[in-house]
Amino acid sequence: MSHASSYEPKTSVTRWLDARLPIVRFIADFMVFPTPRNLNYLWTFGAILAFMLIAQIVTGVILAMHFAPNTALAFDSVEKIMRDVNYGWLMRYAHAVGASMFFLAVYIHMFRGIYYGSYKAPREVLWMIGVAIFLVMMATAFMGYSLIWGQMSFWAVTVITNLFSSLDTLYSGLGTTLVQWIWGGFSVDNATLNRLFSLHYLLPFVLVGLVVLHVWALHVVGSNNPTGVEVKNVEKETLPFYAYFTTKDLFALAAFGVIFAYFVFFTPNYLGDAVNYVPANPLLTPPHIVPEWYFLPFYAILRAVPSKLGGVLAMFGAIVVLFFVPWLDTSRVRSASYRPMFRWFFWAFVFSCLALGYLGAAPVTETSTMASQFFTFYYFAFFLIVMPVVGIYETPKPQPDSIADTFTHKSDDGSGRGARPVAAE
Amino acid sequence: MTTMTSSLVRRSLGAFVIGSVLSATAFSAPASASETAGHYEVPRLEWTFGGLSGYFDKQQLRRGFKVYQTVCQACHNLAHLSYRNLTQPGGPELPKEEVEAYAAQKQVADGFNDAGEVNMRPAKLADLFVGPFKNDKEAAAALNGSVPPDLSLITKARSIERNIEWYAFPFIMLKDILTQYQEQGADYTHALLTGYTDPPADFNLLPGLSYNRVFPGHQIGMPQPLSDGMVEYDDGTPSTLDQQAKDVTAFLAWAAEPSLVERKKLGAWVLIYLIILAGLLYASKKLIWRNVKH
Repeated sequence: MSHASSYEPKTSVTRWLDARLPIVRFIADFMVFPTPRNLNYLWTFGAILAFMLIAQIVTGVILAMHFAPNTALAFDSVEKIMRDVNYGWLMRYAHAVGASMFFLAVYIHMFRGIYYGSYKAPREVLWMIGVAIFLVMMATAFMGYSLIWGQMSFWAVTVITNLFSSLDTLYSGLGTTLVQWIWGGFSVDNATLNRLFSLHYLLPFVLVGLVVLHVWALHVVGSNNPTGVEVKNVEKETLPFYAYFTTKDLFALAAFGVIFAYFVFFTPNYLGDAVNYVPANPLLTPPHIVPEWYFLPFYAILRAVPSKLGGVLAMFGAIVVLFFVPWLDTSRVRSASYRPMFRWFFWAFVFSCLALGYLGAAPVTETSTMASQFFTFYYFAFFLIVMPVVGIYETPKPQPDSIADTFTHKSDDGSGRGARPVAAE
Repeated sequence: MTTMTSSLVRRSLGAFVIGSVLSATAFSAPASASETAGHYEVPRLEWTFGGLSGYFDKQQLRRGFKVYQTVCQACHNLAHLSYRNLTQPGGPELPKEEVEAYAAQKQVADGFNDAGEVNMRPAKLADLFVGPFKNDKEAAAALNGSVPPDLSLITKARSIERNIEWYAFPFIMLKDILTQYQEQGADYTHALLTGYTDPPADFNLLPGLSYNRVFPGHQIGMPQPLSDGMVEYDDGTPSTLDQQAKDVTAFLAWAAEPSLVERKKLGAWVLIYLIILAGLLYASKKLIWRNVKH
């Protein structure tokens, strides 16, 4: 839905600038970008995520001014931030809780994309950039968590970097060499912490670049909407971004901010692991090594597979498979609102992800392993079996001819369920 | 907001959630896990520093500091705490002179003298706490091989193990968030200090260790540190084991996070601000969209 530029420079200065660097035109066009009127509040998470990225960078840059990336100093420097830096506790808690909120928002954003088929043509590239963002986010979050250099930080780095040693089964010595290269030595030590810090500072800016691409791709193809039907009449079915969607996004952001602030100020350590307040000790393994909550489903997939290499492949495969979603889904109907079968499989998928999250933190027992294997199977089956097969066999419900249909006959038409704005979170 | 109303809100909110949880937990087979094979369910206590308007009770922190001085500091340090913290608002708020005298009992290294030797001087308010041992090796040599952990973060570094059935998990999670259960470490510390009991008849206790119903594995290197009358309180509070454990736990909770009061006070304003802002933005959104079919 690339739209023709409607910007007209009015002064001689803006005309001069417009001929050389049309940055004002760029912003002006951004502001009037036509956006489907029928978006529900799930579509506000894009703006929320943009805010979270900026919040993480701002708090992170301030924290980096006081943090010492050295194994002898890192843990103490974090405590110094908490105690002796003015509002250091606020910066640190906002950053730590912010990571969780970032993931909470991104998961809602992704589930929304799957439910409404936002990955389907012509939005494949938009979706794939999103998956890349998710991947870089995960790497960044993992590295950030390691910097605290508490017990869980240290052992999480040890466990995750050691995963690469599973490549030894493919080619003897390959994995070991790779792991030592990652560590910068023969164990997780100062060299490792230094590079984790360096990359943790670098990757957020890679994220900014990817987000620019993501928004650019969005502005080429336009937003999907709850009906999944493309915009036919820009005049009747869309509204300019500025004023209409800025106020809506800002309201959602403020509501999200209430939850964010609640965690930062009242339960800042709820989402973290108490063990990470014990300084790293390479000689003492904690009884349960558990990642942060947002990695738990993938950790459960890793543990569900009996072989080490198989587990690693399954875990990475769980993210890689997302890149292929636009071509795995064979249905021509985008929105699950008109897909009676797919809808059930979708909610079963959401349930599986939550179940895997629970199992990722549970102690390993025979039952928990079996349950993990069951839900891991469904996780992959959803993409590799449900998406291609259901798309072929399902009879979709009739879709509205246009977005406008869902609100012009609103009073007498109950079927436009996707079009009704849902209540705010 | 006064503490009374906030604890009322907390309780009624808690009761509401508990009510909805009860139906779920009623199905869990061994109803109370506290009696099953060696597992002791740590009870959740009421702390002044819990909840929306949590604060530290100055008198309690002073009593707790006395317990620390009389008992704990022989083996444990508070390495992240500075002496000046003891005088700061929101904490025990001890008189400056008293803390200066307390700090001066310890020597710290401060540069080199003209002969090139390490210059030692008495600790000052600005210094970090000086522990009883030079390093872990010295501690282990003096204490039969065990190294007493630093206590400055102990109430944040410990959590309690709870037997939660999987179907009750979401409800317990929600309850913990809504009732702001951030005092697991304090509950654990109190339960540990009061958890020295006789071992079960069939328990094989290694020599030199003590039985504790809360400690993981139940064998703890630290002999029972507190007992009735162990510490003489200046304010006339009866010096029971339970009281000492509560007081020193509160002191350690303050030591783990001296900024807690500031955080909760600011947090209340931030929440109020954001809720009003959200309301105004919602009104603006409604106003802007009022004539738009969507």
